[in-house]
Amino acid sequence: MEVLIILVPLALGLGLAGLVAFLWSLKSGQYDDLDGAAWRAIADDDPPQETQSDLAQVKR
Amino acid sequence: MQVSRDFSHYVRAAGEGLQHIDLAVEGVHCAGCMAKIERGLSAIPDVTLARVNLTDRRVALEWKEGTLDPARFIDRLEELGYKAYPYETASAEATEVAESRFLLRCLGVAAFATMNVMMLSIPVWSGNVSDMLPEQRDFFHWLSALIALPAAAYAGQPFFRSAWRALAAKTTNMDVPISIGVTLALGMSVVETINHAEHAYFDAAIMLLTFLLVGRVLDQNMRRRTRAVAGNLAALKAETATKFVGPDEISQVPVAAINPGDIVLLRPGERCAVDGTVIEGRSEIDQSLITGETLYVTADRGTPVYAGSMNISGTLRVRVSAASEATLLAEITRLLDNALEARSRYRRLADRASRLYAPVVHATAFLTVLGWVLAGAGWHDAIVTGVAVLIITCPCALGLAIPTVQTVASGAMFKSGVLLNAGDAIERLAEADHIIFDKTGTLTLPDLDVVNAAAIPAEILGLAGQLALSSHHPVAAAVAQAARAKSPIVGAVEEAGQGVRACVDGVEIRLGRPSFCGAEELVRGGADLDPEASVVAFSRGAEKIVFTVRQALRPDAVTVIAALKPRNVGLEILSGDREPAVKAAANALGIPEWRAGVTPADKIARIEELKRRGTRVLMVGDGMNDAPSLAAAHVSMSPISAAHLSQATADLVFLGKPLAPVVTAVDYARKALHLMRQNLWLAIGYNILAVPIAISGIVTPLIAAAAMSGSSILVMLNALRARSTSRGITSWKS
Repeated sequence: MEVLIILVPLALGLGLAGLVAFLWSLKSGQYDDLDGAAWRAIADDDPPQETQSDLAQVKR
Repeated sequence: MQVSRDFSHYVRAAGEGLQHIDLAVEGVHCAGCMAKIERGLSAIPDVTLARVNLTDRRVALEWKEGTLDPARFIDRLEELGYKAYPYETASAEATEVAESRFLLRCLGVAAFATMNVMMLSIPVWSGNVSDMLPEQRDFFHWLSALIALPAAAYAGQPFFRSAWRALAAKTTNMDVPISIGVTLALGMSVVETINHAEHAYFDAAIMLLTFLLVGRVLDQNMRRRTRAVAGNLAALKAETATKFVGPDEISQVPVAAINPGDIVLLRPGERCAVDGTVIEGRSEIDQSLITGETLYVTADRGTPVYAGSMNISGTLRVRVSAASEATLLAEITRLLDNALEARSRYRRLADRASRLYAPVVHATAFLTVLGWVLAGAGWHDAIVTGVAVLIITCPCALGLAIPTVQTVASGAMFKSGVLLNAGDAIERLAEADHIIFDKTGTLTLPDLDVVNAAAIPAEILGLAGQLALSSHHPVAAAVAQAARAKSPIVGAVEEAGQGVRACVDGVEIRLGRPSFCGAEELVRGGADLDPEASVVAFSRGAEKIVFTVRQALRPDAVTVIAALKPRNVGLEILSGDREPAVKAAANALGIPEWRAGVTPADKIARIEELKRRGTRVLMVGDGMNDAPSLAAAHVSMSPISAAHLSQATADLVFLGKPLAPVVTAVDYARKALHLMRQNLWLAIGYNILAVPIAISGIVTPLIAAAAMSGSSILVMLNALRARSTSRGITSWKS
């Protein structure tokens, strides 16, 4: 049963790490726009044509 | 005169030489819009941040100080196809956001503690029937206490605070038995742990908090979302005024930046955004939003004008007065205060339930202790059993029964275009059995419409519409809209107070007063058919046509009224407008009960009379004159086009042109109330099953945990049914 001395703090430590991660993500505003975040994950980083035409419009 | 737009009121410094502005954007729905807007705005030089929030439908922008005019962002968004307007966070919304973060933090802490305490509890539960050493069990109990006590102290705050507030006000709410149950369960568990006992209830107490917090977080998110959308709609109304910044220089400024004593310019076709007095100019104004009266009023030097009036024909200069000094507003505000006070006495279903529930449960626990002592058990065992009764009856399911239904139902209403202003609106709406409609702006559309558009040849209508684009007159705007005209005729000239004329293919065309077009003959024959319509004439050479323009009924008003009748509600029209106009609308809709020329005080009197007869009134109205009666009614609804004051007073606000949201909302509310009651019975049924087990003293922490989560999940699943209504609501969505 000596193994508990390692396992219990380890389990609690992991749990705490999860909690800290959650609080950090909350604080950095990651829950402010859940709808947008869902889409951003699958959005393309750089569709070349659109960006260029948009730039061109601004320059005009 | 030079017009500039001044949005400096909304810009704030973001530090490090940056400036920040939030824009509410209309029509952002998908990832495509998000990418398009962000790219389009980031491409402007010196913009350092352009981020869309898809949930709130807003854009946050930052740029280097002094390099850009915020108006440029709005123009850029317009090029991209989005209507945008600066948004100023109302303090109420900021509180909701902070509250929602706090609840989420509590939920995070409670969920962490629940998972870890469960990890320790399961070995104890299984160890009790196998070979766990008492020292190991005590060690696990102490560890559970170490996790559960601080976690409950933190995550229980929303409940403890609310319970304390209720007790301080000498009432009870559902949070009182919750707080007592959690505190006693934790306290008893600590005592039991010190005494090396077999059972501790740390797991049940912290799990209860977690479940309840899930309900609260969902509820809060829905409320926050509704408030964000309502805030955007208010911002997108873009209440601006044209203010004189010099003798000849004018600037478009947000209403919030206007002070008493300022002079503003009111052009034809503009809605006045301030209260004030005319100091120069002569015009007709439409005060239907304020009084319900659709006849125009003549305004010249010295005439008071109120926010919400529409200027029809001439240009006016208005000196802004302090809003509170205006007699009409002061009168309405006074009525409003009285009416609101009366309504705050309404008791919610959840509070009524907790009122019965708390004493019954606490008495049962007390009797259990007494019973066991009389039966010869020791005080310690008797108290432990009594506390077990409190733990097992701790209103987990009861605490979730109503909020979950409310969250699901308000989400469904939100999707069909109804926003909830008040938390208890659903319950009150479900009880309504008499609906009073205002006419102007509620049963009818606030904008004018060409009634005889179908009878006019398409080619002439198109031409008249194009010509109408060159005029600011609201009647002309109605013609342009009816014709769906896009491009104005080049070289069209507007003659103030008369009409517009232009030359097309060598023939002169005119649109305006009948006398301007030489069409008096036609008007004399047709106008007396429709007393509340305005007429506008069109001529092309010798060809003459008369358009009849009036506020039309909402497109689905007749169907909606017909659909409301089988739902067992009384229907009535109370309008401040003239008798012929109200009578015509009542006949068209088939509403036998109507009153015309009613003042705000009369409306309240009528509602009070119905109240005395035990009728629960739903008031649907939009004008400023309706605001007091909206507050006096049992529950109230306003279209989004309503005056500010009415919208702030109404319990529900509906979007768009159709009237259908009224039926939809009634259906959803009735279904939701039914489910709330059903959930209460489910929760009570669970207690009836569980309490005898608790009284008999055989409850173990395992049974408590299983019973609690089982009943909570059952209630949550039942609440999901509030998403649809039985009466084929889909047909109303279109």
